[in-house]
Amino acid sequence: MTGRPFPPGDYDVVVVGSGPGGLQTSYFLGRLGVRHAVLSADDGPGGMFRRFPLFERLISWTHATADVPLSSREFEAHDQNSLIADEPELRALVPTVLAEGRRRPAREEMEASLRAFAERGGIAVRYGSSWRSTRQDGDRLVLATDDGEYRCRAAVLAIGMTEPWVPEVPGLELAHHYVNVENRPDRYRDRRVVIVGKRNSAFEIGEGVVRQGVRELTLVSPRPPDLGRLARSPLRPWYLTAYDEHVRGAPGRYVLNASVERVERVGEGYRVHTLDPTRAEPLVLEADDVIAATGFEAPLRDLPGLGVATVLDGRLPALTPYFESLTLPGVYFAGNVTQAALGLRKHGVASVSSMVCGFRYNARILARQLAETLTGTRPERPPVPPDRVVPYLLSELDRAPELAMQKGYLARVLSAAAGEVRDEGILPLEVFVDGERDGVAATLEFDADEEIRPVLYVRRGGLLREAMLPPHPLRRYDALVYREALDDLLRPLLGG
Amino acid sequence: MPDGIVDRLAQLTLFGDLRWPELEAVAHTFEEEVFGAGQRVLRQGISGGAFYVILEGEAVVVIDGEERSRLGRGDYFGEISALTGGVPVADIRAETLLRCLSLPGPQLEPFLLERPTVMLRMLQAEARRLRDSNRWQ
Repeated sequence: MTGRPFPPGDYDVVVVGSGPGGLQTSYFLGRLGVRHAVLSADDGPGGMFRRFPLFERLISWTHATADVPLSSREFEAHDQNSLIADEPELRALVPTVLAEGRRRPAREEMEASLRAFAERGGIAVRYGSSWRSTRQDGDRLVLATDDGEYRCRAAVLAIGMTEPWVPEVPGLELAHHYVNVENRPDRYRDRRVVIVGKRNSAFEIGEGVVRQGVRELTLVSPRPPDLGRLARSPLRPWYLTAYDEHVRGAPGRYVLNASVERVERVGEGYRVHTLDPTRAEPLVLEADDVIAATGFEAPLRDLPGLGVATVLDGRLPALTPYFESLTLPGVYFAGNVTQAALGLRKHGVASVSSMVCGFRYNARILARQLAETLTGTRPERPPVPPDRVVPYLLSELDRAPELAMQKGYLARVLSAAAGEVRDEGILPLEVFVDGERDGVAATLEFDADEEIRPVLYVRRGGLLREAMLPPHPLRRYDALVYREALDDLLRPLLGG
Repeated sequence: MPDGIVDRLAQLTLFGDLRWPELEAVAHTFEEEVFGAGQRVLRQGISGGAFYVILEGEAVVVIDGEERSRLGRGDYFGEISALTGGVPVADIRAETLLRCLSLPGPQLEPFLLERPTVMLRMLQAEARRLRDSNRWQ
């Protein structure tokens, strides 16, 4: 085992995980000169994309035929699946491995792009080293692994949310969970399949078994599909054959809103007992196969016992806006677990931190925050001349991929103090809104009617004002109407 | 699915008239959110807020920086702006670790229309608040 990087010892930061979240975090920590180790239980990079999705391509886009260069910052909005980097040769790697004519990557292509990122970026990982347990020792966290103990000031857990989670329904343990479904091409041909669940993984499996020629397919869970959310969901065009056929009344295609009371084995098959609160009689479904697409949890191991507060029945850690455990300082999270940092969620709109196109930016924010708190290096906050503020914000609204991807969650933030305006960078909007400093945050949001609008938050003399600007049909925000609106909004702040 | 949540919902006055499968549907309709002490849950003057029911912990109502009242388990907030389409007139700030169920503002009206007993409980609580505030004047 000689030659493996990062022997047990003392590090400023230990990153756990070699999926997109771990690699992206290590990349930015490296750029900022933060001394860190990266540990992974796997034997190569890729994380969840070494296993998932099982049947289908991803639901996020990579549009390689964009009108901007692949190495540009603007291209990031055209490519939701690549990690980000400062060097051109590390940018936009998914288009380089995507099969001709495809717009959405397959699992293998994601894995290949991440391997390329790790290799070309020289991101060292100690593979085959599992984080087993955790303890606190003074101001240090100690992560015990197969290889020994790692002491650190901060741990970044990029551990994914891919462990199977099954609710406590009698008999549901008899079902195959999504993660254990066999991907043989004819496994579900001419079978009667009940899928428990109605989220991404349920619809993905549904799509997969429809293609295999399933005889009867029923998706069942208590929560009705949220049509408002579905309208904004990347699921809509890709995985919804089962739902579409149910709505139009295809025989043998059902999407039910009912709770699953119990599952029982009957001969070679199953009986699924369901209860719909709007109906008097229970409904019993006969099936040859039952699949629990009931969701996932983050493998938090012993952290809840150490005081890490959780949400969703312990499935995710409760996080601060900077992705730190709300209750155990020094324990940070990266990758899709950062979906637990909620942000403002205006009109119920969630971040896209569960996807690469969201958490790649969270990783940059986290690395910057760690560099600042651990090493005291204060990342540059360049001054913005007062007459450049409005054009700069307009161009960010127009072109910043962070704002286009993480709507209502990330913002371009400028601070204003003593007549000087400084660029604070891309930050969680919540950090500015709930802070106290004067300045402005510019973001793009879905409004109550699901239109995308630029929104400015301006704080002056401690008083915060929210200004929703009108939508633009081509989502271009350099028009005169926006310039005039920003001039008016910012004049008091800029002292013009 | 979240059985623990269903048990806790069953103990709250607001949902006191609902039967088990209805409570289960409520648990699946709401999202669980956890806030740290000092974090804001609703923001005075900022649009798009949700309706919240407190499952655990304490919060304070703050108007223009001044603390007005305290909220605890079973209390709820955000319904006025959710139902009127206005912006919240107060900050709600977590005082302890605060565990809430939340429903996006636009979904509160259809939620209540489907559950008249919950709507009645809410109306009774709002009526009591109105009576108490008149009494103070």
